[in-house]
Amino acid sequence: MPAVQETVERVKRIDVDQYRYGFETLIESDKAPKGLSEETVKFISEKKNEPAWMLQWRLEAYRRWLTMTEPTWARVDYPKIDFQDLYYYAAPKPKKTVSSLDEIDPEILKTYEKLGIPLREVAMLEGVEPKVGEEDPARRKIAVDAVFDSVSVATTFKAELKKAGVIFMPISEAIREHPELVQKYLGSVVPTSDNFYATLNSAVFSDGSFVYVPPGVRCPMELSTYFRINERNTGQFERTLIIADKGSYVSYLEGCTAPQRDENQLHAAVVELVALDDAEIKYSTVQNWYPGNSEGKGGIYNFVTKRGDCRGANSKISWTQVETGSAITWKYPSCILRGDNSRGEFYSIAISNGFQQVDSGTKMIHLGKNTSSRIISKGIAAGKSQNTYRGLVTAHRKATGARNFTACDSLLIGDKCGAHTVPYIEAKNSSATFEHEATTSKISEDVLFYCIQRGLSQEEAVGLVVNGFVKDVLQQLPMEFAVEAQKLISISLEGSVG
Amino acid sequence: MNVAVAKTGSRRAVSDLFASAEGRLPGSPDVIAARREAFESYERLGLPHRRIEEWKYTDLRALVGEVLPLAAAPDAAASKRAAEAVKAHAIAGACKLVLVDGVFAADLSDVKALVAEASFKTLRETLEKDAGLLKTASTDAVIALNAALATDGVVLSIADGAQLSAPIQIIHVATAASTSAYTRSQVVVGKGARVTIVETFVATEAEAYQVNDAVIVSVGDNADVAHVRLMDDAPDAVNITSQFVTIGANVKFNFFNMTTGAAVSRLQGFITLAGEGSELSVNGVNLLKKTEHGDTTLVVDHAVPNCVSREIFRAVIDDRAHSVFQGRIIVRPDAQKTDGKMMTRALLLSDEAEADNKPELEIFADDVSCGHGATAGALDDSLLFYLKARGLPEKQAQALLIQAFVGEAIEQIADDSLREHVIGIAERWLEQRS
Repeated sequence: MPAVQETVERVKRIDVDQYRYGFETLIESDKAPKGLSEETVKFISEKKNEPAWMLQWRLEAYRRWLTMTEPTWARVDYPKIDFQDLYYYAAPKPKKTVSSLDEIDPEILKTYEKLGIPLREVAMLEGVEPKVGEEDPARRKIAVDAVFDSVSVATTFKAELKKAGVIFMPISEAIREHPELVQKYLGSVVPTSDNFYATLNSAVFSDGSFVYVPPGVRCPMELSTYFRINERNTGQFERTLIIADKGSYVSYLEGCTAPQRDENQLHAAVVELVALDDAEIKYSTVQNWYPGNSEGKGGIYNFVTKRGDCRGANSKISWTQVETGSAITWKYPSCILRGDNSRGEFYSIAISNGFQQVDSGTKMIHLGKNTSSRIISKGIAAGKSQNTYRGLVTAHRKATGARNFTACDSLLIGDKCGAHTVPYIEAKNSSATFEHEATTSKISEDVLFYCIQRGLSQEEAVGLVVNGFVKDVLQQLPMEFAVEAQKLISISLEGSVG
Repeated sequence: MNVAVAKTGSRRAVSDLFASAEGRLPGSPDVIAARREAFESYERLGLPHRRIEEWKYTDLRALVGEVLPLAAAPDAAASKRAAEAVKAHAIAGACKLVLVDGVFAADLSDVKALVAEASFKTLRETLEKDAGLLKTASTDAVIALNAALATDGVVLSIADGAQLSAPIQIIHVATAASTSAYTRSQVVVGKGARVTIVETFVATEAEAYQVNDAVIVSVGDNADVAHVRLMDDAPDAVNITSQFVTIGANVKFNFFNMTTGAAVSRLQGFITLAGEGSELSVNGVNLLKKTEHGDTTLVVDHAVPNCVSREIFRAVIDDRAHSVFQGRIIVRPDAQKTDGKMMTRALLLSDEAEADNKPELEIFADDVSCGHGATAGALDDSLLFYLKARGLPEKQAQALLIQAFVGEAIEQIADDSLREHVIGIAERWLEQRS
């Protein structure tokens, strides 16, 4: 069944030529010399005032990277990247040492204002009275780490978080201030030798966020990082490390945008999550990098490695992603379910338009006993885009009682695009129960039956069940993200193919 | 990723194999040239391994290691042993065409019983004139190896409108241990024809042999074809079969595969729906035990609009066996109104069993309905309990549930007597288990 008109229009509204964040901030920046060499790695490390062990770590990764080749297995097609034709470090030129928000370059502040990202915590802390009916006064607080090209320009609510014992700071600061934590966990989930882009990131990552939530602490507010690429010919390589100690909870979200340019830019991030016993991490992404223009020119290459390690018993990691941007997306947020009774979740909505190419999905690796995972993926392809779900669910010999449920649906709008599903399901254990389905009608027969019995059509019932489920997740996304994401999601499921 | 490395022992053995076999391979100079080309292609690629996506779960370098020398033409003693195997596995009323160790055995076959509308030749005869049959679009290494070394096969052509009531049964018998047999067959079904083809793979007491078979089927418009493949090779044999099927318009094509033998087996099917309004049903059951490795890989390509495809697969995996199912449905940009469904389920009977499923969808048209489902799990404890509470012993209760589990796929066989025959095979497998 073809997509209904309403869906078509909604998707059109977020088509590539409607990109709203394509402006550029004119600002002088401090760049590393073009190209990649040991010198570049040393330059970045020096810029960041890093201890010797960190430089060593980077150099090892760099040497390893030299021996690796680019992966070609994904269903994406792009000209070969010249890694010597990129800048690996670009930072807005500081006018002097920045000690408060007011001293940040006003141009940068303006940029974040335009993007709708609240950097002025004061305004929020003092709770400027919102006019009646204008804003919800009970809005939750969000701490923001704003990353501009290669550096973090501001982190809000640091003091308040510190009171709760939560460490939230740029990773470059954490390397200096909390070396014991960084050394213990950095690279423990995504080793430096993991894959081509992760290894490259390990060598040249410039900034990103670091979060540590101490035992038993429920992080008092949402944490978020906002990534902005501004400089030309620059790759952004950020690194995020989140550690939830025993019994703690943290919700983290990231957003990304970039200026509209004719050339492609590389974004190769690594995100590592560690959840110890009884801890829970919720990681949400609204990815809206510049997707290129309607002829497929320009746009970000988003080659990202994201992995969570449920290291402790009863731990839980959940990934939520709303993907609308990037010329090419290559990203598989994964969960290693190592702790007994641990749980992994992956909820994804990927919408591709224009000439975008998406190859995304997840890996659920069941190692511990009685681990469970759930994958819900919705792909919507329009224009001349290609949208692929690629996922792995595997239960190892000792993962008795492992359970997985996967549902991935795709919707095509127009006959010039493609939607593909490539799931790998590996059961090495008879007590593992894996269910994979790709038809909406099978999501939950009894719930559907219940709805239909009460007078809803099949279509309405499916829409209600799935949207209800998806919304449930999205409502957890705070601030502007939620509004934007919800707009993207309220797309009818009619005409969905498996 | 194929880095040119020094030839491993097994690859050297293959080179020698071709050199020594070349003189015995049938065919005109054209054919010999085509074989050499195919062999060079194989030599470049080597045996498929896990880094080749299509062979990710069936690493022939690890599982098979070396390719065995070509079997010699069967002698009188071998023919006699084969005759007994043929007798034991013949389908009642079928017209038999027998290949022994990769060579057509006229004395064991019923060529004379074939109706006039079915014309028959051996591959050997065909290759004297034409190398066309050795060529396929595939770049797969095992198919190239088959083209290089195919010794014989069945070349069948069913006339337009022919209605064959008796099935045609192609029986492959292995009698020689530690050798390999390469066969390639072709079945052309004319417009509006109706035919049932059964393929059977069996062995006499032969051990550790290798089978590499290729079947090229083309089905004319409005034809009705049932194709059943029963693979019951020796427990330590290797069976790699590649099928290419092209289907015309308004065709009914019903395929069923049963795997009960071979240490390592792979059935790879490439089915193209090339005419509108056709109905394709592809089903199979893999019954695996001990350390058997059974792989079913299928590509169903909807190249035109308005076709229906259904795939139902069941794997029962006992002991340390390993089941692989890879199914891909491709819907081409113009293939609107395609209805494609695929369901694969694996039943793990032992803690050391392994099931790998990869059901893929590749869709380029927007007005289609496609879906796939995949499950893996053990027998339902509550169902077992129910049966045991009613006095059935454990094994018997299991057998009953397994029968029901595979039944859904077996039910798709339309012909009553063939279906009963397949049910019988499943029952015997279950009896051996308990």
